[in-house]
Amino acid sequence: MSGRLESTFQRLRDKKEKALIAYLMAGDPGLAETEQLVVALEQAGADIIELGVPFSDPIADGPVIQQAAERALKSGTSLRKILDSVKSLRQRTEIPIVLMLYYNSIHAMGYEPFCTAAKDAGVDGLIVPDMPPDEAGPLKRPADAAGLPLIFLLAPTSTPSRRKLVAEESHGFVYYVSLTGITGAKLSNVTDIQQNVKKLKKVSASPVAVGFGVATPEDAARVSKMADGVIVGSAIVKRIASYQQDPGMVDHVAEFVRSLKAAMAPT
Amino acid sequence: MPMLPDSHGRFGPYGGRYVPETLMPALLELEEEYAKAKKDRRFQADLAYYLKQYVGRPTSLYRADRLTKKLGGAKIYLKREDLCHTGAHKINNAIGQVLLAMRMKKRRIIAETGAGQHGVATATAAAMFGLECEVYMGTEDMQRQALNVFRMRLLGAKVTGVDAGSRTLKDAISEAMRDWTTNVRTTHYILGSVLGAHPYPMMIRDFQAIIGKEARKQILAAEGKLPSYLVACVGGGSNSIGLFHAFLGDRTVKMVGVEAGGSGIVSGQHAARFSGGKPGVLQGTMTYLLQDENGQINLTHSVSAGLDYAAVGPEHSLYHDQGRIEYTYATDTEALTAFDLLAREEGIVPALESAHAIAHVIKLAPKLKKSQVIIANLSGRGDKDVQQVARMRGVEL
Repeated sequence: MSGRLESTFQRLRDKKEKALIAYLMAGDPGLAETEQLVVALEQAGADIIELGVPFSDPIADGPVIQQAAERALKSGTSLRKILDSVKSLRQRTEIPIVLMLYYNSIHAMGYEPFCTAAKDAGVDGLIVPDMPPDEAGPLKRPADAAGLPLIFLLAPTSTPSRRKLVAEESHGFVYYVSLTGITGAKLSNVTDIQQNVKKLKKVSASPVAVGFGVATPEDAARVSKMADGVIVGSAIVKRIASYQQDPGMVDHVAEFVRSLKAAMAPT
Repeated sequence: MPMLPDSHGRFGPYGGRYVPETLMPALLELEEEYAKAKKDRRFQADLAYYLKQYVGRPTSLYRADRLTKKLGGAKIYLKREDLCHTGAHKINNAIGQVLLAMRMKKRRIIAETGAGQHGVATATAAAMFGLECEVYMGTEDMQRQALNVFRMRLLGAKVTGVDAGSRTLKDAISEAMRDWTTNVRTTHYILGSVLGAHPYPMMIRDFQAIIGKEARKQILAAEGKLPSYLVACVGGGSNSIGLFHAFLGDRTVKMVGVEAGGSGIVSGQHAARFSGGKPGVLQGTMTYLLQDENGQINLTHSVSAGLDYAAVGPEHSLYHDQGRIEYTYATDTEALTAFDLLAREEGIVPALESAHAIAHVIKLAPKLKKSQVIIANLSGRGDKDVQQVARMRGVEL
């Protein structure tokens, strides 16, 4: 599957750089701001954007992203409007955009209509945190037909057989969850992460990105030495939340992303 | 009848395992351990011992003569799960799962609770086995079921309020799942109803199926025939599937599941998933849900905290589609009328959840012949609801 994701990882590999994957909750505080943020974060050094689709009952998310989802829903955000936003962003940027959304959001729209609409809008991949590969059957065919990679998550608790399954089924990249927990928890046990990522890379044809718990430039620097990509979510969303009323919100967040990317520079 | 669920945890198109990868190994381990325990005579003997000596099983099947006479139709029997230790059927499952947790060497137990009955049952079982216990409960439910909150704390459990979303059962389950995701290596999550990811709906059904196994024997002994109807309330659906399961192969036995009609279906303030919902995925399982056109989960309402939930157990969804079980609803007002009637006619104050089943019996019994028999599941007793009902009637206690 050659697309924006693959060419981005290739370009970075050539420069010996690691991918910074920045998570935004679409529609927090509004979709207009989300669009501005995508453009600004790309300029600040983000390589890939992970766009969260707000869901009323996000079981994999900690309080920071839960509250962002509540704000986004309150501002009237829906999956269809998010796809419209991605479409309009595509006139301004070629940065890879992957959607992170819960299963029921896709189910409610219908697997095929959703995949077609997402591809048309310019989405580059799907992360469905409550869909392990075991349940991906009905989505896989329409996603493959539309050329939308499914990105699966692997956890520290995963057994060797699950590691193999996730590595085989995942396309675009594999999302390694750094800890047993929910988004926004504190990064722990870096040695474990290193060992697990190493094992994963042995069986995975796709790049490996690490997320959950990466909150500071120091975290990003450490994790970037082990993996092909670093995913930062709650730390970004927290800043969007605290600068909600501030006209300089986009600049503040871009500044933070710039510091993350700078810390990841090859040494 | 085929064995349900299949090896993927599917009841037809429903069920499955829609959870974060972090939980998958734990679910697979639980499935494996449960399969072993099921065949292990020692485990079954332990379970039978505690159900008899600690819970007080078998519970009686009581012929409600005055209620029967009052309604003037079918003969009514009540399966007295309210007589179980802790006052509801929830303990059947809690004991079974605590025994499983011990087998898996997990010393920390978490649970969610709506009405508080499952939380109390879990706190009780954990106390009896000396395990650490934390119960998640929506803050709205903590307020309306204050008595049960205090009971859980008396039993040594930590009760953690959940202040997200609707502050009820749904949000308590999400928070318990997040805790489990974080502490999965040391913790067993005792889900309280036939909900969530495989193997929970199957395992909890099996632990509750004793209700129907006993009732079937008891009614044959008392009447020499099977009942015409079984009636039970359906929140997640564990007491109802518990009563119904042993009778599923008896084609002459009709079954009715009663959901919470709240302020009425038209009002949108209800929890009647089969009257206002459609299939989707919530908290690990594919099933009927109350949701909007974008798949966001709707807020629900019921006077009874134990029925106030947006999804129903996946096995029920299959029987709904097949027409094997009929699903209807009773409104808050109807349930409260039934609550009063059972107290006055039979000297039994039912849980508000169980009062929904009685509300349907009030509608059904007069339409049947005197020779016909109804068994209603009295899933819990109403002590926990006395304060709330008093408050609703302006009585300060």
